[in-house]
Amino acid sequence: MGRFHRHDDGSWHDHEVSGDGPPGAHSHDAGDHSQYQTGRERIQLLERVFGENDRMAAENRNDLQREGVIAINLMSAPGAGKTTLLRETLRRLADRLRVAVIEGDIETSLDADRLRNLGATIELINTGDGFGGECHLDAPMVRSALVRLRLARLDLILIENVGNLVCPAEFDVGEHARAMIHAVTEGEDKPLKYPIMFRSADLVLINKIDLLPHLDVDLDAFRRNLRAVNPTATTIEVSARTGVGVAAWCAWIESLRRPAPESTAKPVAT
Amino acid sequence: MHELSLCGAIADVVTRHAGPRRVEVIHLRIGQLRQVVPDTLAFCWTLVSEGTDLAGSVLDVERVPARLRCRACNERFALDGTIAFVCPACKSLDVEVVAGEDFDVTALDLAEV
Repeated sequence: MGRFHRHDDGSWHDHEVSGDGPPGAHSHDAGDHSQYQTGRERIQLLERVFGENDRMAAENRNDLQREGVIAINLMSAPGAGKTTLLRETLRRLADRLRVAVIEGDIETSLDADRLRNLGATIELINTGDGFGGECHLDAPMVRSALVRLRLARLDLILIENVGNLVCPAEFDVGEHARAMIHAVTEGEDKPLKYPIMFRSADLVLINKIDLLPHLDVDLDAFRRNLRAVNPTATTIEVSARTGVGVAAWCAWIESLRRPAPESTAKPVAT
Repeated sequence: MHELSLCGAIADVVTRHAGPRRVEVIHLRIGQLRQVVPDTLAFCWTLVSEGTDLAGSVLDVERVPARLRCRACNERFALDGTIAFVCPACKSLDVEVVAGEDFDVTALDLAEV
């Protein structure tokens, strides 16, 4: 389990029962492990765990920039309405822009199937390899989709991340902007519960706004909570079902294309 | 559960630096603003390292508290229970993160050859 280890007297100890923190995450008041064994050598280094991901994200961004393609990383909880909103988005944009959608889905192609025949190229990334599937897209996964797409023939790539409010925020995939979809049915306090993701968003789409009359949701409270973690995020109220606000969202996408594209994404990594 | 892929990335870094020597402890520094659960990370590490040259090695995690600075009044402050990026002195929302976003491998303890 990674929490047992040996001291110089040959004893093993278990950090779960030693009482100073969870296993594998202990401080070493009970004995300095750096000194306990002759012949052990400590080498100092400073390497970022996200270094490899971020290098590849930079490559993705360079390739997109070179071909004049804008990429938006779309993130939300499961069921917030990413795929439905994407359908409406493609209906409006596909005749004006050359669009591709990169779909991250753990096991199925259900979402990708819903997006076919709307004029966009669909690249599916099934993240289901390994231990039950990844909970996020990372830069190498997006790269594998980018190399299959003909970037020179595209204007816009919408990256539908895996539905999850934690993990996707940690991974820069080379996008130019991050858009979150928050459904009003999720309540007011999600920004405070998932501050890292909400802080990383350039735009928050407040979706399912047509349901508001049926809910006890205080939208002002939601906006206050959002501002507490991310004072600069733009918000747009939308309903993918009725079409309200979808034009404003499409205008936001198109506004990203006007100036020379510059990275506005705010990955957590520095 | 992105801890699993993080462990894969940690293993890559460690393997690159350890050479042929057996690795006993991997020292990590993880900022408060990183969404990493140390327990989960330790568990995933046993899965990832099992059957490899890194089997039996342990992670030693130093957590780094978040520190922020208000751009309006220059107040420096920490985050308490709830994460809200608001200056406690002047209530400005224009704050920057000074520390707490780290996720580094800082040292390796290698066994005698």
